[in-house]
Amino acid sequence: MELTDLTIKKAHQGLVNGEFSALELCKAYLDRLKEKEKEISSYLTVVEDFALSQAKKIDDMILEGRDLPVLAGIPCAIKDAILVEGIRCTAASKILENYIAPYDATCVKKLKGEGAVILGKTNMDEFAMGSSTENSAFKITKNPHDLTRVPGGSSGGSASGISANECVFALGSDTGGSIRLPACFCGTVGLKPTYGAVSRYGLIAFASSLDQIGPMAKTVEDCKIVFDVISGKDEMDSTSVEPKLKVQSEKLKVNELRIGVPKEYFIEGMEKEVERVIKKVIKKYEELGAKIEEISLPHTEYALACYYIIALSEASANLARYDGIKYGYSVSDKPASLMDVYLQSREEGFGPEVRRRIILGTYALSAGYYEAYYLRAQKVRALLRKDFDEAFKKVDVILTPVSPTTAFKIGEKINDPLKMYLSDIFTVSVNLAGLPALAIPCGKTAPHHFAKEVRKQKRFNKEKIFSSGNKNLLQSGGGLPIGFQIIGRPFEENVILSLGEIFEKYGRAH
Amino acid sequence: MITKKEVKHIAKLARLGLKDKEIEKFQKELSSILGYIEKLKEVDISKVKTEIQPIGIDEAARKDTEKPKPKIENSKKLLELAPAVKNSYLKVKSIF
Repeated sequence: MELTDLTIKKAHQGLVNGEFSALELCKAYLDRLKEKEKEISSYLTVVEDFALSQAKKIDDMILEGRDLPVLAGIPCAIKDAILVEGIRCTAASKILENYIAPYDATCVKKLKGEGAVILGKTNMDEFAMGSSTENSAFKITKNPHDLTRVPGGSSGGSASGISANECVFALGSDTGGSIRLPACFCGTVGLKPTYGAVSRYGLIAFASSLDQIGPMAKTVEDCKIVFDVISGKDEMDSTSVEPKLKVQSEKLKVNELRIGVPKEYFIEGMEKEVERVIKKVIKKYEELGAKIEEISLPHTEYALACYYIIALSEASANLARYDGIKYGYSVSDKPASLMDVYLQSREEGFGPEVRRRIILGTYALSAGYYEAYYLRAQKVRALLRKDFDEAFKKVDVILTPVSPTTAFKIGEKINDPLKMYLSDIFTVSVNLAGLPALAIPCGKTAPHHFAKEVRKQKRFNKEKIFSSGNKNLLQSGGGLPIGFQIIGRPFEENVILSLGEIFEKYGRAH
Repeated sequence: MITKKEVKHIAKLARLGLKDKEIEKFQKELSSILGYIEKLKEVDISKVKTEIQPIGIDEAARKDTEKPKPKIENSKKLLELAPAVKNSYLKVKSIF
């Protein structure tokens, strides 16, 4: 087995057993990264020297015979919206192009405390605004399963990095699906924790009532390991809480669980392959003994409109801090007035999607429109949350697809903002309700007519064809990952993670 | 449909400079997005009290005790990030 194929658990065992050193592990990832970055572009910043020095420290610990925390020496990547002291942090925006993080985000501090080795900062949509990572001011990240397609967004670089074995795990942030959608498109696991479960101190704010940091990894178990490290109350984030409900995963019995399947999440226009694979997952859980119940979340069709009003309004307020004065990009030729410093710095520093959202959010909050838009959206949000409260009286978890489609082509939606927003249709409700949700890969699209062509060739190397970018072979989109989502009650991350582990154990092999 | 005048007014409120051709682009895009958002008017919200409280947060306030003074090195780090500084102050354009 290659060092860069390892999960956290396996890499940890290897380090403990002395099969390889932390330095060797780190170097293997840096080599892999150098090779893969040419085609994938997951990272905005790679901190080779910093990574090596961190790894060296872990090897010293091993030499001294000290106990090794499970994340010690494990190479990871951090979304570029999360601060790592002394390292450039851009949020993929020109306005923060030269911003050096003056402190560690709490979750980063916790990872460092466990000895995790940070390799670099991953690409994303500018200020996490987007569903494809195409809104980055710096580079386009490719989906490792098909280089002509997007990795999803906004935590696209974190997902593609894991999928291309450029890191063992990564941190992302999720405001309306930004962990789950890229995890789904790239065939990795991603957890959006309950609002408040992970401190957001040191996360560059997008929409404060929705934002949440979470882990992304190759397996559910790995996500669980990272979540356990980064979660908990932090006095630097007044919205963070200590989880009160600790459900012991060993006690979880799948035959005592009721899984709700909301009819509103199986809509017209959904890709047939997605529907087929998700239904198979539901059937698998049923075979394992879970009770499947059809449920209704009646306000689902209003979730996206509600989400955009709230997210954009909050974004317009949060992004007011970029003024060309305190930090970040400032217009270089001397404008006549202070007002012009604001206008021009923000005009030149922000990309098109961010500007669009600031304007929309400002409009929704402006005099005369506040009640019609923001206040109304908050009320609809309360109704959406009530839908979930009602549903959770009848079922323990809710199972849905992550997205109605698989990864789309680069450029396909970038000129149609509304079409791009619709990518988040199955993920935004969870943020509005503040719930935890886990995205898990569960299969790939069948290669259709593509298969016929390929079956003729006996020595068919799947990976080679997918990464060759040969458009003729990829027309049908075969081989693209499909993911499902398990939504839990507030602070019941352990339940959804355990249910995910059960699927990984029993559901995959068939 | 949003007017060009409205787009300009909102952009100014948002302190966002716009080029002339962008005004038209934003006018179209915003109108289409706002058209979609009109959907929310279908929902009966007459019985809903506004509820914005996140889940499970009861004691967010810290104790009212003196905090240690911030370190000078931290202030220096922050000042280094500023585009223009004079004598440890942020420098801005004259406002008159």
